[in-house]
Amino acid sequence: MSTASDSAALDTGRRQWTGLIVQPIVILLALGAVALWISNADLTDTERVTLSVSYLWGLTLEHLKLTVVAAVIVLVLAIPLGILLTRGPFRRYTTPVMAIANIGQSAPAIGLVVLFAFWLGFGFEATVVALILYAFLPVLGNTIVGLRGVDGRLIEAGRGMGMSAAAVLFKIELPLALPVMLAGIRTALVLLVGTATLGAFIDGGGLGLLITTGVNLALDKVLITGSLLVALLALTIDWIARLFEQVARPRGL
Amino acid sequence: MSENTDKSSTGAAILIENVTKRYGGGKKPAVDQLTLEIPAGQIVMFVGPSGCGKTTTLKMINRLIEPTEGRLIINGEDVTDINGDKLRRKIGYVIQAGGLLPHLTVAANIGLVPKMLGWDKSRIAERVDELLDLVSLDADTYRDRYPKELSGGQQQRVGVARALAADPPVLLMDEPFGAVDPITRQRLQDELINIQAELHKTIVCVTHDFDEAVKLGDWIAVFDEGARIVQYDTPEQILANPANEFVENFIGSGAGLKQLNFARVKDVDMRPGVIGRPEQKPAEVLELVTLAERRNAVILDQRDRPLAWLSREQLKRMTELPKTRDENLPLVSTGSTLNDALDSMLQASTGSAIVVGNRDQFQGLISVETVMNAIRELRENASRQQAPVGNNTGEIPRVNGHGDDAAEDEAGAGSHAAVRTGRHAAPGDQAPSAGGSAAEPASASAEPETTSGTPWAGTRPEQGSSAADGTPSGGAAENPDRPEGRP
Ligand SMILES: Nc1ncnc2c1ncn2[C@@H]1O[C@H](COP(=O)(O)OP(=O)(O)OP(=O)(O)O)[C@@H](O)[C@H]1O
Ligand SMILES: [Mg+2]
Repeated sequence: MSTASDSAALDTGRRQWTGLIVQPIVILLALGAVALWISNADLTDTERVTLSVSYLWGLTLEHLKLTVVAAVIVLVLAIPLGILLTRGPFRRYTTPVMAIANIGQSAPAIGLVVLFAFWLGFGFEATVVALILYAFLPVLGNTIVGLRGVDGRLIEAGRGMGMSAAAVLFKIELPLALPVMLAGIRTALVLLVGTATLGAFIDGGGLGLLITTGVNLALDKVLITGSLLVALLALTIDWIARLFEQVARPRGL
Repeated sequence: MSENTDKSSTGAAILIENVTKRYGGGKKPAVDQLTLEIPAGQIVMFVGPSGCGKTTTLKMINRLIEPTEGRLIINGEDVTDINGDKLRRKIGYVIQAGGLLPHLTVAANIGLVPKMLGWDKSRIAERVDELLDLVSLDADTYRDRYPKELSGGQQQRVGVARALAADPPVLLMDEPFGAVDPITRQRLQDELINIQAELHKTIVCVTHDFDEAVKLGDWIAVFDEGARIVQYDTPEQILANPANEFVENFIGSGAGLKQLNFARVKDVDMRPGVIGRPEQKPAEVLELVTLAERRNAVILDQRDRPLAWLSREQLKRMTELPKTRDENLPLVSTGSTLNDALDSMLQASTGSAIVVGNRDQFQGLISVETVMNAIRELRENASRQQAPVGNNTGEIPRVNGHGDDAAEDEAGAGSHAAVRTGRHAAPGDQAPSAGGSAAEPASASAEPETTSGTPWAGTRPEQGSSAADGTPSGGAAENPDRPEGRP
């Protein structure tokens, strides 16, 4: 009996690791293909400047900076809020807070970005604020769902052994909710990479610039490269997050 | 007896005093003015219909649920208002299916409370191994496993080990064996009985299963709606004299057969067996068997755990004795009831079975005839005891040492000298009726509402004279002084 479940667990484990090895290979191959394609294409001067390695690298870093800053702020805000909303007296605020967070999610991203630009002025900060609103829900939602999913009997067992409420939170609830929470964080990161593209519309920078430039100046190659790079960046972030999930998942679950 | 008893803390008396619990300001209390005395070092079983307040009562003892009214006194100390987390570290808590934390290894689960209490690592590791051994799990095999890598019964064993980790005087169990199959349940019950014989904890255990209550309990409290006590007495008394129809219904049919459950294997004469060791030659062992004019030999490992039970024919045929354990051995534990023992023997169709004690150590052999004789004998030696206090009338038991009725108390103490120290006392303890006995219906008149005297007050001085008995760690000098008189 235990051997059967063991081998089943091993199987799924192996499948996950296989995926984790294949994903970066695909990403690298795609990146190589893009590089090959650019270096062999007939480029105009503008295109050559725009598609130079140093310029692309700079844009990628900008894009990452938008993503990371927004992600850090989301984590710092959404996780504690999720924890708070699963504590006794605050539980009844869960529904209204989730509804508000939902609005952020379901509003069209571009609309949100532009709205914040008019409010906070164009640039990096406005973009980050819009991104935060956008990525907030998956993290908050999964924190709440993860914590609610912890078997109440385990919490009771912990309290019954004399663990304080805080000890139960940190030693039982959070470790057990971690896989669900990490899945939410990964979703948020991928969303952020995609949405950060819209930063270009309000001077937020990032790889979105390639797309706006490509559209405005009818430079197809720039447009295509921009889109591909955003997609590859999203896949890379997704891969890193998956790797982390795999390593950080508590053993025994 | 064993050194274990000297260094580990034995049970503490618990007094639930006029306790009421109302959930969310509801009109009907879940527990209504309950006064219940739980004697030190004994097992009290809570039974009653679903929703009658058993779990609520149990959880109020470690204050997982705070009483709305009333006091809670453990070993003479009023613990109603002390820090709940600190209180709970001194009370073992076992729930259904073990309640093990899935992300921690077996060792980490067991070590949780000692860690909170600041024990150092090596002491915790030592304790973990000791406890795994106590619950019959091989430490090297199971220490580093995760709960999902254990069977249900094994998880439950680890749950018990975890509750015992910091050696608490009191153990609370809420339907601990509800989630395992009947055969595993029986084994776990037997193990609990053996553990209790060694440790003498005060155990309060909720169960749905009246047979389990009869098997494990020194006392059974039968509750009705609102945790109203219908009867609080020994299993023998409840079976022989159910207080009313409600209790009768609860007992169900076959009360007579159930009385077979009071006699235990350790109370009857076991036969020694011919013993062989795996290193020996089969021929050597065969010779011993022939000399002793017996039919079989038991092969034991280094720690005296039975590996195999071999007939003369098998010994003749073998070239080497088995070194691994035969899983189909007809085993019964010293704590098994004769009923269980009969069952095992009939199933194995051997007409006899191997008896093992703590940690599966070989004790001897038992046969159908021994069992039948013992039952006859036990029937003839019935005895009665004074039940602890349990009521919902607000009456509170008195405890000796109280000025104006000291003389009366002394008399009371004398009359309680015969109060047993627990059915599951180890062999050698001076429990007058260890092993229980079928009470004689004629002489029995259960008085659950009695307020005349309290078992722990009476037995304490006596227990103090014997280290093996369930001496409360506080000792006689710290007897609880009743803060108030009777209402
Ligand atoms: N947290 C709670 N809030 C409100 N009512 C509760 C709560 N817990 C229990 N109750 C009520 O209190 C009563 C006693 O419940 P309790 O859990 O003590 O019953 P029980 O005897 O353990 O039942 P079972 O045998 O089904 O486990 C029930 O009527 C139940 O509905
Ligand atoms: Mg219950």
